[in-house]
Amino acid sequence: MDAVSGNFAPTLEVRGLTKRFGGLTAVKNLSFDLRAGEIFGLIGPNGSGKSTAMKSIMGIERPTSGEVIFQGQNVAGLPAHKIARQGFGMVFQHSRPLNRQTVLENIMVALLPDSLLALFHDRALIERAEAIAERVGLGAVMRRKPPTLPFADLRRLELAKAIARDPKVVLVDEPFAGLTLAEVGTFSELIAGFRDEGRAVLLVDHNVKSVAALVDRVLAMYLGEEICTGAASDVMKNETVRRVYLGGAIETSARPETSFHDKEPLLQVENVNVFYGKAQALENVSIHVHKSEFVSVVGLNGAGKTTLFNAISGLLPYTGAIKRGGEPLRGTSAAKIARDGIVQCPESRELFGEMTVRENLDLGGYHLADDVRDKQIEWLFELFPILRERQSQLAQTLSGGEQQMLAIGRALMMQPKILILDEPTLGLAPVILEQLSKALERLRQTSSITMLLGEQNVTFALPHADRVYVLEHARIVWEGDPARFAAEAGEGYL
Amino acid sequence: MGLFTSRLFWIALLVIAFAATLPLYVSGYILGLLTVAFYFGVFAMSWDLLFGFAGEVNFGPTFLIGTGAYTAGIINNLYGVSPYICIFIGAMAAVVAGFILALPALRVRGPYFGLTTLVAVLMLQNFIVVFAELTGGEIGLTIPDVITINAGANYWLALGFMTVSGAVLYGLSQSPIGLVLQASGQDPVQAGALGFNIVKHKLFAFVVSAFFSGLSGALLVFYFGTASVGTVVDVAVGVNVIVAAVLGGRRTVIGAALGAVFLIVAGEFLRPTGELATFIVSAVALIVVLFFPGGFLGAAMSREART
Repeated sequence: MDAVSGNFAPTLEVRGLTKRFGGLTAVKNLSFDLRAGEIFGLIGPNGSGKSTAMKSIMGIERPTSGEVIFQGQNVAGLPAHKIARQGFGMVFQHSRPLNRQTVLENIMVALLPDSLLALFHDRALIERAEAIAERVGLGAVMRRKPPTLPFADLRRLELAKAIARDPKVVLVDEPFAGLTLAEVGTFSELIAGFRDEGRAVLLVDHNVKSVAALVDRVLAMYLGEEICTGAASDVMKNETVRRVYLGGAIETSARPETSFHDKEPLLQVENVNVFYGKAQALENVSIHVHKSEFVSVVGLNGAGKTTLFNAISGLLPYTGAIKRGGEPLRGTSAAKIARDGIVQCPESRELFGEMTVRENLDLGGYHLADDVRDKQIEWLFELFPILRERQSQLAQTLSGGEQQMLAIGRALMMQPKILILDEPTLGLAPVILEQLSKALERLRQTSSITMLLGEQNVTFALPHADRVYVLEHARIVWEGDPARFAAEAGEGYL
Repeated sequence: MGLFTSRLFWIALLVIAFAATLPLYVSGYILGLLTVAFYFGVFAMSWDLLFGFAGEVNFGPTFLIGTGAYTAGIINNLYGVSPYICIFIGAMAAVVAGFILALPALRVRGPYFGLTTLVAVLMLQNFIVVFAELTGGEIGLTIPDVITINAGANYWLALGFMTVSGAVLYGLSQSPIGLVLQASGQDPVQAGALGFNIVKHKLFAFVVSAFFSGLSGALLVFYFGTASVGTVVDVAVGVNVIVAAVLGGRRTVIGAALGAVFLIVAGEFLRPTGELATFIVSAVALIVVLFFPGGFLGAAMSREART
């Protein structure tokens, strides 16, 4: 690609882009160039600031400082609608089309002028919209209404809207989320087509691997800053990138599955399928967890981890079977499942922000007798000493890491038999991860609680795990010993 | 939408043609009832443009209605200007008031916009009571002039006004602006990224809504010959407008007028039940909102949408 576009001035130059939310710096001094006819990937784990960077470029978020130079002109700080009119198009991950209008009319919306004088429909727009519909493969369904379309076609509609006004720069937020493997191929071709039309394409995704085949260059981000930029293969070899995604040499301490003596696993998930409308979130998923075992489910955003946990917690309808101690859980209410000891600590933490740390914990142990509760809290404070110090502080004033410890602590106050942790590392700094990691290790060694951990941060998921499952595009694609993970399945997590 | 648009058009035309013949054979009492219902229909349609399309819940439709009604009434009362000029000034006053309210209010998101509009109604109500010399206060404002005292003529005026307003508002809702409004209402971030100035479009919707609300309010007080807080400003009146629009069907415009006529006619038919009337009408409204959130026309249209 460089041969084609290298000589020209970049279409988009990002210089020192910084975005702060209060005290949090989400994007720190980010700089890169984007050329016409190039696909550039902005890659980083959850909370690395890549989405914020994209929103700041598009004007959805107002950058705190820095420049976004489009064809020689700084557009940073302009509102989104002005930036869009300059020649930017953005493909959103979630689509909310106008359901009473046809696909064609939905595309036409994107073509309309930003004018209050546009009272009559323009015939020329209809033809243009038809051409765009054909271009993204919606030709056969353009007279239909969005509610009758499959998920992949709704994503096509998002592509169509983004390129409708022939933008010079196309921003794509997680192009492949929620798509099947076959659909990933089709969408890759469509996006590659944008490049061939001479557009500058910026992709945001979690992993180098998933976009490696598509991108010309990649910028890897971590905690708001650039780690390195280069060809996908070089970035994947970069030491820092490997450490961020896979950790260094991971010490695993897996106990072999044969060391768990229960005849029947404590928790069995058998051939579970879950649908959200048209999108299949879980496809024939089967996992099992033995008593006192620590099992990690590794998967990227949108792979289906939270869905799996919600199905186990009885929060979602599913087909297939979920059994605890051989007894099917179907028909048991979510509240009863939790009371009986399958406790989930959700990704969103769900703390009571305006209550103190102690009150949050007391609430978790509400059903316990006073002396048992006191003992439980004492044990918890051993596990997370910081919570003892913070007892009388409001939960919302804690740092992200402390909040996560409190969330886990509150779940532990319910004296779970099976503790489900959904992405506890979301948005946490490395030093906090270490503390959390130590606490989990102590928990594993000093209690007999069965643990099910969902993570996309492999560094965090592997060291404690006895066994690992890999969830990808709604399916379990790998199961095994954490020590073998890096060699056999690690590539996909760079 | 082609077939349905034309079908809706013919049905509407038939209904209006039939309605236009009513003065030839029904009593003045029924005509009077429907006259009020038609003005109410315009209130509800204007409200639906904001809620159904721009996605903003205006809890204070009577702020716009009342501003139009009282401005027209006060000018007539003070200066004895022709009712037509008063009505026009009333509508303009509603537009200006709506603009001044919406400009800052549209900057706040979600429920806060609704709360702002609700507070505006309370302020207007308070203003009317406090400046009783100008506004007639709690007793109400007497309006010396009328457009006509002929019940048939008043009926036709109201019907004609509702028809024209309905056609304009419906046409607007189906125009490119209506599409952009819908898109902004549904996903403002994405609409912005598609290059649409959301605030501008929503402000426009608010101003149009204010114009028709104010105009209708002014016409209504000239029909009544009096303006009072209880008929054009009270929060309860606003709630009725909202219920009418939701009952008729969100995002249909025309449905809102149907809802208004239903609400007022049903209320009158149930009058013999005394205090129970309001209760029964409210209960029906509650059931529709809970179980058929699309409303009368919304249910019909979403059936179309699925085919």
